[in-house]
Amino acid sequence: MRFVTPPPVRRLPLAGEQPATVVEPGAPGGAVATSGRRLQASPMAVERMTVDRMSIAYGAKVAVDEVSLPIRQGEVLALIGPSGCGKTTLLRSLNRLTELTKTASMKGRILLDGTDTATLEPTALRRRVTMVFQQPNPFPMSVFDNVAYVLREQASRRPRKRALQGAVQSALERAGLWEEVKGNLAHPALRLSGGQQQRLCIARALAADPEVLLLDEPCSALDPISTQVIEELIVQLREQVAVVIVTHNLQQAFRIADYVAFMYLGELVEYGPAEQVFGAPRADRTKEYVSGGFG
Amino acid sequence: MSAMTAPPAQPASPPPAPRRSARDSSASWRLTDRLGLAFAWLLGIGFLVVTAAIVLYMMVQGLRYVRPELFVTSPSAGFTESETGGFLDPLLGTVIVAAMAMAIAFPLGLCIAVWLSEYGRPSLLARVTESTIEMLAGTPSIVFALFGTLLFEQGALAFFSRTNDGGVVYGRSFFAAASMLALIALPLVVANVREGLQAIPAHVREASYAVGKTKLTTTRRVLLPAARPSVVTGAMLGVGRVIGDTAVIVLLLGATLRFNPAGDVPGLSQLKGTGSTLTSFVYANAPTGEANQPTKAYAAAFVLLSMVLVLNFAVDLAVRRGRRWR
Repeated sequence: MRFVTPPPVRRLPLAGEQPATVVEPGAPGGAVATSGRRLQASPMAVERMTVDRMSIAYGAKVAVDEVSLPIRQGEVLALIGPSGCGKTTLLRSLNRLTELTKTASMKGRILLDGTDTATLEPTALRRRVTMVFQQPNPFPMSVFDNVAYVLREQASRRPRKRALQGAVQSALERAGLWEEVKGNLAHPALRLSGGQQQRLCIARALAADPEVLLLDEPCSALDPISTQVIEELIVQLREQVAVVIVTHNLQQAFRIADYVAFMYLGELVEYGPAEQVFGAPRADRTKEYVSGGFG
Repeated sequence: MSAMTAPPAQPASPPPAPRRSARDSSASWRLTDRLGLAFAWLLGIGFLVVTAAIVLYMMVQGLRYVRPELFVTSPSAGFTESETGGFLDPLLGTVIVAAMAMAIAFPLGLCIAVWLSEYGRPSLLARVTESTIEMLAGTPSIVFALFGTLLFEQGALAFFSRTNDGGVVYGRSFFAAASMLALIALPLVVANVREGLQAIPAHVREASYAVGKTKLTTTRRVLLPAARPSVVTGAMLGVGRVIGDTAVIVLLLGATLRFNPAGDVPGLSQLKGTGSTLTSFVYANAPTGEANQPTKAYAAAFVLLSMVLVLNFAVDLAVRRGRRWR
């Protein structure tokens, strides 16, 4: 890892340790006063990215409108909102994947450790800000090669397998997949289960040793058990990287997010600590959404 | 099933029968669907019978006449079967021409397909290229052959064939034939590689870009390996077309059944000279051809057919092996 300051160590209860009665977000009575959650941002949280009045349009259609946000390491930031509100677009703009869409146009700045991402080489930026997608999308190669591909230089086959063994193992360990695949690293990645594939994708994203990890609804294609495994993983990972997650699942956002940004029609309606957004939303829109009024 | 208690109202009702296949239940289909099914079967069996007839006929005829010494002797002039030799030169010629043509068509086709599928810019040029390739695919090979004779008779291309004492460029050689055959194989390579690349879902590309890989790296290390079955299929189909073509060979490789080198650089002189392939050997020895040695023609056709069949099996194998990552 490339921190100068030691990473903030914070242990929140894992998803599995939650009390059996998970409180419905915004349920009547606003019983969000859950035990064991730390509300305040850790004073040690390091700001890695700053979104500064970012606007993104596809042709004439504005998808993201003047959004400003901080993204801090040591915290999970969840982007929530109804479909088509621009959360995925915002997420993809963080590592300039929006540029692959020909009609997309951007205004505003995104800073990564104080540097405007527009001035960085896209490939260099995408190694520092990696992404996991909605559908598990491992490459049609072996488990080992899926991770090793990220570690190798552009297009080169070197360094050799043995030299990469350690890094591949560490990435798989951080993604919590090592124990399950260590015996068959040469097997095709597409024969893993959906949950394992998604963790392989997380391992792949971690292998580049990024500063920010973007997750685009990483559990929406998975069963509840795999979802729980991945949620636990995300909570652990935020100590090492800044995590931004887009989710449709409000309970998931409630379970794992420290900060929540609620977007609606491209605008950032509310941004704040998860407890506050779910428990005492300031905007009416947010209140309606988190209590299941629309969306 | 046994654990479930049948509802008392219908004590005799049997457990639901397992779903029968669509064909078994075709009695319940509409008349037009049933007619369609019958028509499809008729056509399918019809084509199968025709194909089987050709292959079996050629196999029987070929096996009757094919003898080991045919593979190792060159064709020669003569009046009886025993004097006219075998088809060593045409066999080698087929291999040489196929290798040369694919050496041009495969890399070129691969690059064009990657460019069309992954880059496609400038888009106007891409569109023009696309329709050009389609046009090439639809052009009869005799047209390529005719164009080739015009092209390689130009003084500027004299290097690629024989020039006589008067300075006239002959324009027929392995180089000339292979380059025109490459144009025949090119659309097959392009179409198959392109199809294979486009069958890869967009999220695979995105996954690669999202970890900081360039387009070129993604293509080389992810997309082309994933599309390998299509790449191999394209190459094999190209080879099949090339070794089966006759018009280009007859017009551009010259009418000599034996190698007829031009110049005295070993290797190069053979390629600059004329020769034959199995197809032109069959053409010459067919009952209507000038050599008229039908038994030799049958034997050569048998060998040619076997080569094509082996190629088809190879394609099948490659496609199946390529699926092991799926």
